[in-house]
Amino acid sequence: MTTRVAVLTFPGTNCEFDTVKALNRIGCDADLVWHDTRQLNGYDVLVIPGGFSYGDYLRPGAIARFSPVMQAVEEFASAGGPVIGICNGFQVLTEAHLLPGALQKNISLRFVCRSVRVKVETVRSSLTRMASKGQVLSIPINHFEGNFTCDDTTLEMLEEEERVVLRYENNPNGSVNDIAGICNSMGNVVGIMPHPERASDEMLGSTDGLILLESLCSVSR
Amino acid sequence: MLFTVTVEVMPKDSVADPEGATIARSLDALGFPGVAQVRAGKVYQLSLEVPSEDVARSTAQDMAGKLLANPVIELATITTIARIDVAGVR
Repeated sequence: MTTRVAVLTFPGTNCEFDTVKALNRIGCDADLVWHDTRQLNGYDVLVIPGGFSYGDYLRPGAIARFSPVMQAVEEFASAGGPVIGICNGFQVLTEAHLLPGALQKNISLRFVCRSVRVKVETVRSSLTRMASKGQVLSIPINHFEGNFTCDDTTLEMLEEEERVVLRYENNPNGSVNDIAGICNSMGNVVGIMPHPERASDEMLGSTDGLILLESLCSVSR
Repeated sequence: MLFTVTVEVMPKDSVADPEGATIARSLDALGFPGVAQVRAGKVYQLSLEVPSEDVARSTAQDMAGKLLANPVIELATITTIARIDVAGVR
């Protein structure tokens, strides 16, 4: 059966159409779902795409966290459903405490927009189950606040439990331990700074993001 | 009663503050001597219509914990609480 994906959109989200297009390309049904929705019945996968939800006011993701849809996202996640946050979506997931840590301003204080090489560190996440451990992917990043930080205890836990999903080969933003993406303890909730939807077609220069989206959509109802 | 509450949100000491570090370097480059460190944060001024100063304080604390600060990386402090009379004069 075709996987049904809800691509959640907030005021200021701007990667939703690219994300839908990339998901359609791999054979998923993907709907744009506005943030005032309170129920997400019928969806197999949730994606919180990139952008600037609520203009990044206060802190990126801080206000989106209180959108009506987030209660349903929490319920979906705690039931084991795959929830992926890309870039601003990652920021929303940390603000909502669905993932630990926080994303600070890049150490360079510069907006970074370029392709980076990231290594797959675990295949026990909903985003990497079809990838190989150690596989290197070339995927664009596009952010000002991608500098992942957390306290030492959390960092130790993330490493010990193999919850670092992607790691930069050359750290572009100052993230602790070169972290580009992490998951929760069940592996179903994943946040990453790189944009797999922007590496989903030869025309875009890379198709390395497809393996991540295909992993995500390999769930069936 | 109307109160003005000032909430200061600063990066925790344990967290790197690239903005503060850049400002410190810039001050140094401008020729200001002796800048040992700069930490950059935010200040919020809340006008709260509440029955008492205690309620103003606890409300602001609650707001800081839920929204104004991210406790993972920031520390919120209530720095001032002032009662404003109807004419807007203390």
